[in-house]
Amino acid sequence: MIPIEVRVNGRRYAETVEPRLLLSDFLRSRLALTGTHVGCEHGVCGACTVRLDGVAVRSCLLLAVQVDGAEVITVEGLARDGKLTRLQQAFHQHHALQCGFCTPGILIAAEDLLSREARPSREDIVDMLSGQLCRCTGYTSIVNAIAEVAEA
Amino acid sequence: MKPAPLRYVRPETLEETLGVLAEHGGATKVLAGGQSLVPALNMRIARPELLVDINGLSELSGFRPENGSFIVGATIRQADTRLLRHPLLAEALPHVGHFVTRNRGTVAGSIAHADPAAELPLCLVVLGGSVCTKSASSEREIPASDFFVAHYTTALEPDELVVETRWPAPQAKWGYAFCEFAQRRGDYALCMAAAAAAGKQLRVAVGSVVDRPTLLEVDPERPGESAAAQVEPWGNVHASPAYLKHLVRVLVDRAVETARERSAA
Repeated sequence: MIPIEVRVNGRRYAETVEPRLLLSDFLRSRLALTGTHVGCEHGVCGACTVRLDGVAVRSCLLLAVQVDGAEVITVEGLARDGKLTRLQQAFHQHHALQCGFCTPGILIAAEDLLSREARPSREDIVDMLSGQLCRCTGYTSIVNAIAEVAEA
Repeated sequence: MKPAPLRYVRPETLEETLGVLAEHGGATKVLAGGQSLVPALNMRIARPELLVDINGLSELSGFRPENGSFIVGATIRQADTRLLRHPLLAEALPHVGHFVTRNRGTVAGSIAHADPAAELPLCLVVLGGSVCTKSASSEREIPASDFFVAHYTTALEPDELVVETRWPAPQAKWGYAFCEFAQRRGDYALCMAAAAAAGKQLRVAVGSVVDRPTLLEVDPERPGESAAAQVEPWGNVHASPAYLKHLVRVLVDRAVETARERSAA
């Protein structure tokens, strides 16, 4: 067992973990932050995407021990005081989710894209989304929601 | 889909890392970006006793020009925008995994993993780059064409660490091109080809359809046809050997034509 200290959504946690514990399971089981969803557990579906020191990463492809000393943002950390982010509002308005399973990962990955590229093109958005699987809504409304924020 | 029990160390210096590898060698796996290794751990295809996390080694995070090459340290991520200074990498990198996996996956990790369907090994081979390794008792610079041995198999010894990869910088008058065909964007390519051309000089390499990224001596007048005649793809559930040969012909012709156009421009 290895002690780690990590800041998640602004709150500091000191925990002891087995080295093989995945970050996704640490967030969900240990910290009860179940907004991070687990789909494929081998990096393909993107549902578990979180931000690690500002960068979007697959939490199923990181061990919890690796985030010792780091800052993690999950979907729970996006809205402040119940006020949705612009991107979350755009998802709401464009009906960019149906079952919502993929949504946390897509929001996090899209926030990373928008923080790096001032005005990503629709092609950039589609390219980013190629790594975030959605099986029910269809991508058109997701692209529209992200594009609206990108163009604003 | 959880890793089997394992031990984990995060050394703080290169010397300490090489000491761990010297002592435990074959029982270890080096963890860099983990975008190929951790899926293998989750599926228990890989069951190392000890994971050696090199992400804390500042000695491996360098990126510098040296003697006409870019030296890329072992912890440089695939999303590092400095890689885009090479036109071949700028063309190939968008095909490497996905936006989010490139944030974490490293260049050296892709090289050391040696997936025959990976883009970066193919680029290193066509450019004539090399892999620099260290162990507690030695260091080597291994030409890319000798480094890749077969599927997921390299010339790396169990006690050796890839410390950096060397990428010859783009040359004036040379044109570069990368093409691949995958069933979906970001999926493993069924076939890929890379070319570098200047005047009558031509370098061509193919990947995915062979067990390692492979340089081919092609007929400059009929590059695709002569490349296809030199490979014997096994075929797979997605494509027959004949179809893969067809892809070699088409993609090599396309890469060579594009590289020549760019060298002339």
